[in-house]
Amino acid sequence: MKTVSQPIRKLDAMQLVTGQPVFLDDIAPKDCLVVKLLRSPHANALVESIQTETAKKVPGIVAIYTFEDVDQAGPRFTCAGQTFPEPSPQDRLVLDRHVRFVGDVVAIVAGETEAAVDKALKLIKVNYQVLEAVLDFHTAKDNPVLVHPEDNWEALCPVGADNKRNLCACGDDRYGDVEGVLSACDIVLERTYHTKACQQAMMETFRTYCTIDTYGRLHIISSTQIVFHCRRIVAKALGIPKSMVRVTKPRIGGGFGAKQTVVSELYPAFVTWKTKRPSKLIFSREESQIASSPRHEMEITVRLGATKEGIVKAIDLYTLSNTGAYGEHGPTTVGLSGHKSIPLYGKAEAFRFHYDVVYTNEMSAGAYRGYGATQGLFAVESTVNELADLLHMDPFAIRKKNIPHEGDQMPAYYGETLNSSTLEACLDKVKEMSGWDEKFPVKDMGNGKVRALGMGMAMQGSGISGVDVGSASLKLNDEGFYTLRIAAADMGTGCDTTLAQVACEVLDCPMDQIVVLGADTDASPYDSGSYASSTAYVTGKATEQCALALREKICALGAQKLGVSAEDVTFDGKAVSCGDQSISLADIATASMCGNNIALEATYSHSSPVSPPPFMVGAAEVEVDLQTGECTLIHYSAAVDCGTPLNPNLARVQAEGGLLQGIGMALFENITYTPQGRMMENSLMQYKIPSRLDSGRIDVAIVPSFEPTGPFGAKSIGEVVINTPLPAIADAVYHATGLRFRTLPITPEDIVLGRLNTKENAH
Amino acid sequence: MNLSLTLNGKLIQDDIPADMVLLDFVRRHGCYSAKRGCETANCGLCTVFLDDVPVLSCSVLALRAAGRKVTTLEGLQEEAAEFGAFIADQGAEQCGFCNPGLMMNAIALFRENPDPTEDEIKAYLAGNLCRCSGYEGQLRGIQAYLAWKKENRP
Repeated sequence: MKTVSQPIRKLDAMQLVTGQPVFLDDIAPKDCLVVKLLRSPHANALVESIQTETAKKVPGIVAIYTFEDVDQAGPRFTCAGQTFPEPSPQDRLVLDRHVRFVGDVVAIVAGETEAAVDKALKLIKVNYQVLEAVLDFHTAKDNPVLVHPEDNWEALCPVGADNKRNLCACGDDRYGDVEGVLSACDIVLERTYHTKACQQAMMETFRTYCTIDTYGRLHIISSTQIVFHCRRIVAKALGIPKSMVRVTKPRIGGGFGAKQTVVSELYPAFVTWKTKRPSKLIFSREESQIASSPRHEMEITVRLGATKEGIVKAIDLYTLSNTGAYGEHGPTTVGLSGHKSIPLYGKAEAFRFHYDVVYTNEMSAGAYRGYGATQGLFAVESTVNELADLLHMDPFAIRKKNIPHEGDQMPAYYGETLNSSTLEACLDKVKEMSGWDEKFPVKDMGNGKVRALGMGMAMQGSGISGVDVGSASLKLNDEGFYTLRIAAADMGTGCDTTLAQVACEVLDCPMDQIVVLGADTDASPYDSGSYASSTAYVTGKATEQCALALREKICALGAQKLGVSAEDVTFDGKAVSCGDQSISLADIATASMCGNNIALEATYSHSSPVSPPPFMVGAAEVEVDLQTGECTLIHYSAAVDCGTPLNPNLARVQAEGGLLQGIGMALFENITYTPQGRMMENSLMQYKIPSRLDSGRIDVAIVPSFEPTGPFGAKSIGEVVINTPLPAIADAVYHATGLRFRTLPITPEDIVLGRLNTKENAH
Repeated sequence: MNLSLTLNGKLIQDDIPADMVLLDFVRRHGCYSAKRGCETANCGLCTVFLDDVPVLSCSVLALRAAGRKVTTLEGLQEEAAEFGAFIADQGAEQCGFCNPGLMMNAIALFRENPDPTEDEIKAYLAGNLCRCSGYEGQLRGIQAYLAWKKENRP
């Protein structure tokens, strides 16, 4: 292939590395009103009264909005960027009298300067009726304190939601006789694991600016992964027709799912719609940490039954998920904790996956790379590591006995058949890369430090089957260059480039012959957006089909100009030919602009009935200082099956970046709350994302398979990459210390205290 | 307050509030490469040169730069393009938001130490956070650039 699978430089790379002004706050008009938000200091409270008159007198203040400016009995909405009708309950208002977590919005302040807005924020007087808060997610379900007592709360989908029970969702999925199979197993393990509401912590915080366009419509320019969902959600929130809203995105400074939720858009949209003046809202890092859309905190209990030979016969998995104050992505993230962990054990005869997703008075959760699979895989893979240990089996060997193979039907994965997999080869590859046979399990370094290994496997999906829609539009322009219009969101992932690679492969042209216009609701064909590992697989297929359709039109016009039948011509990317007659692409383009009735433009939408899983295997080598508890990652080896990598460079960097986020979750990144519900890790000072001194060496191998339903054999890569470090590092720490950590992150304090406790118990 | 300084070789005079930080000052004068990624001097995105020494411009009062020379990536376009091409060839720029700060600090490293070891690279750039790349691709790009430089050194 000429462009697909080639390590092509990203189309925007040189603009980015030379620091050109392409991000939101670089391009927002300089006379924008500055918008900031007054946030609740209480975890659960009613605003009894709010006094804004003094604040409004600050010179430069243009508007202050409170719950009194929003119909409290009006329809609620969700900020989750999901296909309508959203599974997430409709539980929000732009400004709500009832504030539900520390950081919930109490007032919107807009002014001509930041100084004026900062001053006004301090002068707003709020009287709160402070209510008892639900701050322990174990006690949330059926708690007498309701996070959403209101009657205009609404669930559009049957996800088991009930606001009078603090339930955002619940469910029970069974296959076979779990209890029967478990009772016949040689060994049954029951273990509980806990992961926190970790932050995506993309370098560019949430931000949006808004203007009124030529036609009096609201134009939202936002750092978002979901322009079309954003248009629908903001229109509903403001109670205006969708035709009056346009959403576009500039370059995005990282997303990782955070920007799959409407986090910053509502407030400047509200201000600009009311005042008809441009406005912008730039979240501070503190706001991004305390009031955004992080991972769902989950506690997962696994009951796993196996034979003494290590064959997993049944898995019973219960997930308790904390959606926080609002239900964004609550009913859907939880699904992945079971549906993208259990299927790795293909010999299981029965499974049960049941769950409760509860409301609490903590920050609302959202979508973060891995989307529930990360949490589920930590639990299941860790349980299997414990099983291997109990059976004195090698962790790789036990996986090999259990994994599904090409052609297998996967009952725990919606009954889909596995069309493509190199999972077994990935296992072999990582075993070799990590030096497993020489190093496993542990080596005393002779200086108070030990080095140890651990591993884990992972899967994910490629888009949401039967739901996600990917689209592409292509047209031919003067001199024969193409324009590709998409609404998939390049957030650094490089999808503008990889999709262009797909189009160029089909159109037989070099990359400099195509320009990409990404994500404008007025101009792009409908696309669900970039999330759920859908872009390469779903939008990629749409792009391939779209390019094929455009080829046909080019041939039709070329044939017409040659005076021959369209069936008799060929197109090699440069010219349409029939025998020794030919017309160049440039001449066809010119001909299309004079006396022509054939539009050289095509649009194609694609939705897939299946969601082929990419696979990954990872092994961690850690060094633990037994005196201080310091745990250092020395080496991470990983192999990934993403089908055909559309761009091996970008696939590799996706893998390396995702692995380091997983490493962060395992060792550093923690979210904790004070007893009053204030989040402690509210800056990058407290919330430690890995620096380049923390990452050790990361080696990634790509082991391609060929997915017949994907574009040129591609599956997804974006999310699967974050999953393996959690179980792998936890198991490595076990081999180093003899301590099983089932709550992440594993900190030096945990290790030292764990060792002290073990010693005390021994005495 | 009145401030005059040299920004990317050009003399600038401006009347600014006393509490304005250098980051906001350079952005106010069209140098948008410098970014704010945190409020706690943790991320390195706002790195600029003050008299050729890299500083976190979010933590330097603009008035501290009075009469001095300030350089942002806008003033180092040739070096940025030359070195940045090696990052781009790895696909390690990713979202690009942290790139200008990394470029500035890396250029400072190359000027100070033209032949750094891997450990020296990691230590010098430790304050430049990146959430996309996992740092490995950046390291490959830096090492490829240094090797190319070495080969082409007069």
